[in-house]
Amino acid sequence: MMSDVSLSIDGKRVSVQKGTNILGAAKSIGVNIPHLCFEERLSPISACRLCLVEVEGMESLVAACSYPVAEGMIVKTNSARVKEARRVVLELILSDHPLDCLTCEKSGSCQLENYAYELEILSSRFKGEKSHYPLDKSNPFIERDPDKCILCGRCVAVCGEVQMCFVLDFAQRGFKTRMSTGLDRLLPKTSCTFCGSCISVCPVGALTEKERRFKGREWELEKVSTICPYCGCGCAITLNIKNGRIVKITSDPEGYVNEGWLCSKGKFGFDFIHSPDRLKYPLVKKGGELKEVSWDEALGFVAEKLKKIKEKYGSESIAGLSSAKCSNEENYLFQKFMRAVLGTNNVDHCARLCHASTVAGLARAFGSGAMTNSMAEIKNADCILITGSNTSETHPIIALKIKEALRKNGARLIVVDPRKIEMTKFSHLWLRQKPGTDVALFNGMMNVIISEGLHDKEFILKRTQGFEKLKEMLHQYTPDYVEGISGVPAHSIISAARMYSKADRASIIFAMGITQHTTGTDNVLSLANLAMLTGNVGKESSGVNPLRGQNNVQGACDMGALPNVYPGYQSVSEERIREKFEQMWRVDLPQKVGLTVVEMIHAAEEGKLKAMYIMGENPFLSDPNSNLTRRALEKLDFLVVQDIFPTETSEYADVILPAASFAEKEGTFTNTERRVQRVRRALEVPGQAKADWEIISDLAVRLGYPMKYSSPARIMDEIASLTPIYGGITYERLDKRGLQWPCPNRDHPGTKFLHQGRFTRGLGKFHPTPYREAVELPDEEYPFILSTGRVLFHWHTGTMTRRVKGLEEIYPQNLVEIHPLDAQKLSLKDADLARVISRRGKVVIRVKVTDISPPGVVFMSFHFKEAAANLLTIDALDPVAKIPELKVCAVRIEKCTV
Amino acid sequence: MNKNVNKGVNKELLKELVEKYKNESGALIPILQEIQESFGYLPEETLIFVSDEMDIPLGRIWGVVTFYSQFYLSPRGRNIIRLCRGTACHVRGGKRLLEKVERVLGIKRGETTPDFEFTLETVRCLGTCFLAPVIMINHDYFGRVTPGKVENILQQYIP
Ligand code: SF4
Ligand code: SF4
Ligand code: SF4
Ligand code: FES
Ligand code: FES
Repeated sequence: MMSDVSLSIDGKRVSVQKGTNILGAAKSIGVNIPHLCFEERLSPISACRLCLVEVEGMESLVAACSYPVAEGMIVKTNSARVKEARRVVLELILSDHPLDCLTCEKSGSCQLENYAYELEILSSRFKGEKSHYPLDKSNPFIERDPDKCILCGRCVAVCGEVQMCFVLDFAQRGFKTRMSTGLDRLLPKTSCTFCGSCISVCPVGALTEKERRFKGREWELEKVSTICPYCGCGCAITLNIKNGRIVKITSDPEGYVNEGWLCSKGKFGFDFIHSPDRLKYPLVKKGGELKEVSWDEALGFVAEKLKKIKEKYGSESIAGLSSAKCSNEENYLFQKFMRAVLGTNNVDHCARLCHASTVAGLARAFGSGAMTNSMAEIKNADCILITGSNTSETHPIIALKIKEALRKNGARLIVVDPRKIEMTKFSHLWLRQKPGTDVALFNGMMNVIISEGLHDKEFILKRTQGFEKLKEMLHQYTPDYVEGISGVPAHSIISAARMYSKADRASIIFAMGITQHTTGTDNVLSLANLAMLTGNVGKESSGVNPLRGQNNVQGACDMGALPNVYPGYQSVSEERIREKFEQMWRVDLPQKVGLTVVEMIHAAEEGKLKAMYIMGENPFLSDPNSNLTRRALEKLDFLVVQDIFPTETSEYADVILPAASFAEKEGTFTNTERRVQRVRRALEVPGQAKADWEIISDLAVRLGYPMKYSSPARIMDEIASLTPIYGGITYERLDKRGLQWPCPNRDHPGTKFLHQGRFTRGLGKFHPTPYREAVELPDEEYPFILSTGRVLFHWHTGTMTRRVKGLEEIYPQNLVEIHPLDAQKLSLKDADLARVISRRGKVVIRVKVTDISPPGVVFMSFHFKEAAANLLTIDALDPVAKIPELKVCAVRIEKCTV
Repeated sequence: MNKNVNKGVNKELLKELVEKYKNESGALIPILQEIQESFGYLPEETLIFVSDEMDIPLGRIWGVVTFYSQFYLSPRGRNIIRLCRGTACHVRGGKRLLEKVERVLGIKRGETTPDFEFTLETVRCLGTCFLAPVIMINHDYFGRVTPGKVENILQQYIP
């Protein structure tokens, strides 16, 4: 620990850690020294000179933001000399400032304005030329007004050191100096990701949110803090509202998860809430047409239909899809509704499509299927292995933590991915395996680790079982053999093995590139093997970390929106547990494990399933083999869809129920690091929409099951009473930072990282994972591998992001990425139209020629209904987790001539 | 002067230049100087190439090339005219002289004629005030220039 230093500031004594700067020391006793370029989260820039203070014994004034404290120092922050120096600095800045505070969007929160007021500056004594540069409104998100720029350098620093995008820098010199981009290009022509971080640090009105223009003054905005509805990072956001409309989104720098940084979706992706397309009234199909009806009629109708179907065909003929977008409370109620009211375990949700194999694999190896570490711990890892995660696009805030580890701690980065994702720019090693050969590759790394004696013998002995079998299986996976399978050079496999195993705190980060395979569970198991083999799990900053996709996919799983478990992963097949729930819910519960997502679709197509209740999901676009999904949905006797928008799936619905968006209800989301966080109501619902939890309870009551809660907080109380890992969670306790489960009781502080000293299942278990090929490999007729995934600017099936004007403008259509060599063979150019054909369907789509994917592999996202990737994908399943193989199928590509 | 002007970017040459410095740190300025030496100025595509190859953000390179006045971002003429706008020359009619040169060449100061024959620049003081007003073309000085002499002087540089 660093020692303390004491000093005096304005006559007050203060003790702070050695190395603290004067500004920080002053802040700790409530003395605020004016500053413009300094920003706590960035390294000191020391450009503005506003923070000058007097230090006794020093001839000239010093910059408080960078000057370190020393023992016995006597500092004056408000002497006449200091005040005059400050005035000069401010007046110089003001002499080249437009002063159009009348209509400037920053007015009210502008630091320049505030300091001028504080120092009572009426006008500048310096008269001179003022700069005039054009306003940059080239993009839908950020408005740049170079004339208002005070050259503090914060935006340059955040873009470079935090985001590592390096878009902004200073150009020219002297009076002409200004903040600029390379070649003075407009932002869309640069590598800008529109994260908006530069806006959030700009102390003046030089960078503002374009959409907020003239929508409300800073002091009129009502602020509600809540959680971003997009990805599993679970960033804290603040909705800034005027007259019931969101004007802009900001984020509190104190926010624990994201420290005030956001990505383009969290920062700018809110238009959808106010979209005119929102569902506002319950709709019931009458005579082939959807008609607006009252809630009473709609719910009465649903209750009656479900009752009849249950009586006629039995409970097993009904299935429900819960939602990773909805709150914990709603997922809890949904599965309770399916189990206790309808009497079936046929409940699942889209986690099946993303991380079922993680849950299955990690539960077998460790006993718990969640991220072992916290996001913040990534910063202190000394080796990070990313595989099957395009982290900077799909989990941008986690990518920031990785970048911080690289920058601040010199961590080593290994990327294992067939695609040249952005993170490969920062990696020390990039292993580009053939899609679907992951298991072989990791086996190869372990083979090297064992043969070089780099494994952690003590850890293996004390904490694990099954090592001998693993070792035997690994024998054949020599680097040369694996090179033959995976295409990764043997020497890279050896280097990666050494780099990973020699680190003190190695962390594995993975996502759908690992899980969405017929070998998904094996892929996950092989990562678990790798971590245990080297003792890299169960300690701070080191473990196996699946990145969960949706805002609340972790929570939906925790809440038991799964066919085999109740909340808290308590098995439905275990009698003792079933009895507990039967007692609490006061009904008999079904014993049979229910159907999974893809099994439901198959059962519906075969006519075995008669009714489905789908809450906040769009299986038509998200599930593999859309043509099959369509046939299945058509075949149902009765389909209820509850959502905030009409979707491709609701086309087939008999009843559509309008739901509230995240901004219109109370609840909790659990992010990817197991942190349960509060979501707060900020807006009125459109029309007669209702929160999902209200709809479900209403319906339950109509079906004769008492389900009444005064608020979601009471639902959480019930969850806590039944779910040991959520045992200590209450709304009061969640208020500031949320809580990370397991949190077994009200005094428990929550758990930062899992498996410390002991795995959840006792001993960690090695599972031998021999390599198996993907189900459908390219052949003569279908010579390319198609891989699917996400892009930065869109989300899931696009229901939300495609209604955000700016995101749609920046990324308006689906593209298929083709390697230049393949493009040449097919005589395709950028922006040409091509037909991509698989054994199951075909889509017409624009071509993007790029070397991001290797030759022989093409990639497209699944966000767009006009070119829906899942018309092509295969519905082959992983035998254990039943997750479909969305990352590998065979396609053929033809040039479109029309 | 500037023999390669307007001949487009010779990719091979560019590659060679960058290759030479690729693994040295702090090599940005020397590289840019060499590129300018070879191409007469710094065409955009050369900056993009350097950024990609050397892994230096384009914004940073842009900061450097706009900071130093030695770097040129647009093609320059075969002949560089430096017209003095210092005090001594000003008093002796430097302004009228500038207007005349601008009119004859049909360009403003800082610009280059479309045929890339002349680039017109103004400078603070050429250090030969006793000859004011002064024009310098390439390495030749012309003193006591009146607007009437401008055409004749320029004529000497047209091949
Ligand atoms: S939006 Fe983000 S990436 Fe773009 S310039 Fe600002 S900080 Fe850089
Ligand atoms: S744009 Fe804002 S943050 Fe960037 S240098 Fe100018 S004043 Fe500072
Ligand atoms: S990183 Fe994820 S949670 Fe954070 S702002 Fe972006 S989409 Fe939202
Ligand atoms: S805040 Fe210290 S120099 Fe700008
Ligand atoms: S002022 Fe023109 S040469 Fe000195």
